[in-house]
Amino acid sequence: MPATPSTIAGFTAQGATLDELWRTLTLQAGYNAAIVVLGATLLGIAGGVVGSFIVLRKRALLGDALSHAALPGIAGAFIAATLLGAQGRSLAVLLPGAAAGCVAGVLAVQAIVRWTRLRDDAAIAAVLGVFFGAGIVLLSVIQSMPTGDQGGLASFIYGQTAAMNARDATLIGAVALGSIASVAMLFKEFRLACFDREFAAVQGWPVGAIDLAMTALLVVVTVIGLQAVGLLLIVALLIIPSAAARFWTERLRVMLPLSGAIGGLSAYLGACASALLPHAPTGALIVLVAGAIFAISMTLAPSRGVLASIVRLLRLRVRIAVDHALRAAVERADGARAAQPGRALTLVLRMGGHARVSDGRVELTPRGAERARRVVRAHRLWERYLIEYADAAPSHVDLSADAVEHSLSPALVADLEDALRKRGLPAANGPTNSPHPLDSGQQGGAA
Amino acid sequence: MSPLHPPRSTAGSLASLPEHSADSPLAVHAMTVAYQRRPVLWDVDFDARPGSLVAIVGPNGAGKSTLIRACLGLVPLAAGRVEFWGRSYRQQRRRIGYVPQRETVDWDFPVSALDVACMGRYGMIGWCRPVTRTHRDAALAALDRVAMADYANRQISQLSGGQQQRVFLARALAQDAELYFMDEPFAGVDAATERAIVEVLRELRSRGRTVVCVHHDLQTVAEYFDDVLLLNMRVVACGPVDAVFTAENLRRTYGGRLTLLDEAGEAVARAARGE
Repeated sequence: MPATPSTIAGFTAQGATLDELWRTLTLQAGYNAAIVVLGATLLGIAGGVVGSFIVLRKRALLGDALSHAALPGIAGAFIAATLLGAQGRSLAVLLPGAAAGCVAGVLAVQAIVRWTRLRDDAAIAAVLGVFFGAGIVLLSVIQSMPTGDQGGLASFIYGQTAAMNARDATLIGAVALGSIASVAMLFKEFRLACFDREFAAVQGWPVGAIDLAMTALLVVVTVIGLQAVGLLLIVALLIIPSAAARFWTERLRVMLPLSGAIGGLSAYLGACASALLPHAPTGALIVLVAGAIFAISMTLAPSRGVLASIVRLLRLRVRIAVDHALRAAVERADGARAAQPGRALTLVLRMGGHARVSDGRVELTPRGAERARRVVRAHRLWERYLIEYADAAPSHVDLSADAVEHSLSPALVADLEDALRKRGLPAANGPTNSPHPLDSGQQGGAA
Repeated sequence: MSPLHPPRSTAGSLASLPEHSADSPLAVHAMTVAYQRRPVLWDVDFDARPGSLVAIVGPNGAGKSTLIRACLGLVPLAAGRVEFWGRSYRQQRRRIGYVPQRETVDWDFPVSALDVACMGRYGMIGWCRPVTRTHRDAALAALDRVAMADYANRQISQLSGGQQQRVFLARALAQDAELYFMDEPFAGVDAATERAIVEVLRELRSRGRTVVCVHHDLQTVAEYFDDVLLLNMRVVACGPVDAVFTAENLRRTYGGRLTLLDEAGEAVARAARGE
């Protein structure tokens, strides 16, 4: 396995032109380069798909422990193979070693959680550190060995697609496809076990075995991802795409392919960049692309995104302020004349068609008056309801009524009216009397 | 009139008790459950009558949920055994449905109400097979029975607490079981949900199904249920509501803690006896 990227068209950091970039992206930069990019892309898809369940199962950190635990496995396998006189650097030796390390790491975490009072996070952090430390020590042992050449092993820490040849890439791609197919087959079982373990167990599903299958897939993807992404960052390829995909959808059936697509795109772009810049760490490039997609998703996603949340919050505040102002106007004058609200609020009221300015005074329009009556009515209904039904102390009622009147649906209001009417209380068509007097002097317009 | 086990007088032996009948959907024999070293249920013995609605009532920490969870095999028994129609849980699993407490799952999980209801059919579908139209229709019908068909495609976090509870109920209904365990289905739900659940309970009873329900509201026990199991680590009393749900038994169940509920419980018990 050549460590120099002679097979990937020999681009250098300075030498990449637009033409070379285009050829790499369209897989025309030579057979080997194309296979490596394809293999990495499949790996990215598998990472996104398998990672979704790890995120939903709330075990993201376990992936981190697991990948770090691969290092002593890799180093140990290398040493054992070298001592036995075999070629230590072949994937056939290193990947089983990595898998053994991962499994040992998972078992160690589970044993700690099972037999001590430590929680997941502490157990994972401890295992991660100890295994990685052991791996580093073993690497230094390899360096001091007479035949030692750990140059290729370092690529497992940071990831280097340049160190992959077509055969490695084919193997990685095939295994990635296999794990994607496994998820497709076990989709229903994984979903059930992630959503409601106890119900699944009661129904007779072997949740332990389903968990084991999920962890096994996690190990598989981690192991095949070590070479391309590196063990420090493979967890990011598992977690970031699914976290990003979650922003865009409320359906697991959509989230899974979307997460795969984001992972695949990140790996594809990262591998292409790496082909052009053979000495750049591929894993870091892939993760940076994924991180950018995550940042965009987090900001712009329509309902779960940060911007959308801010807009929602602002809208709610404006609506509450408007309702307060309208209510103050009605409760004071029971009609069209409002006190002077603040300038910003006046603007909002005018834009909503709820108020107009005449003679320097802000007045409710007919539409504003109508809305105000509705708000007051809902508010007082709720006050009555709380007093009559919930034994709420009347002095507390106003506060909670303010909080809920904005979320009362028309249907619920109708329900309340019915309930009140049944108890012989005044049916509220117009505003009913507030159970506590309002001091008009304290009601500022700008709420 | 009832094959229910009478209030315990003498200490139950660990051997199976002869009065448990094989066609009882649920027979609990001398069940003892312990967390760590502290027993939370001692020597619980009771049968559920076929086709009855049974409330498990008792103070906080009385082991009500634990009793249900132990029946379902979610908590290991320290002693005793549980039989369903005379056989083990493993053998009868398909005939038994479960409505867990709402707080046990993450409601932000990316599934719709229909997806959750479909989970009640997974046992019939089997490994690695997709959910077919037949099963989806059955799940939809179950949602309809709890008046949630209109919300089938909502993501579950967008539902109110009561609606989420109804989705859980629909999931159990979709399974079409013969014995249902429900853990506090009425806890914190709105009036519409409470009505919907009561309706479902009555419909289940009319079709000969048995429901065992952890219940916290003493005022509605007599109205909603046929039988009641008063539990406070041990079985205080068990039997038809009008015979067992008495002020004296409630005081023995709740001890000094009944204070506020005392009068209410008494009033309800009186009403139940038709005084």
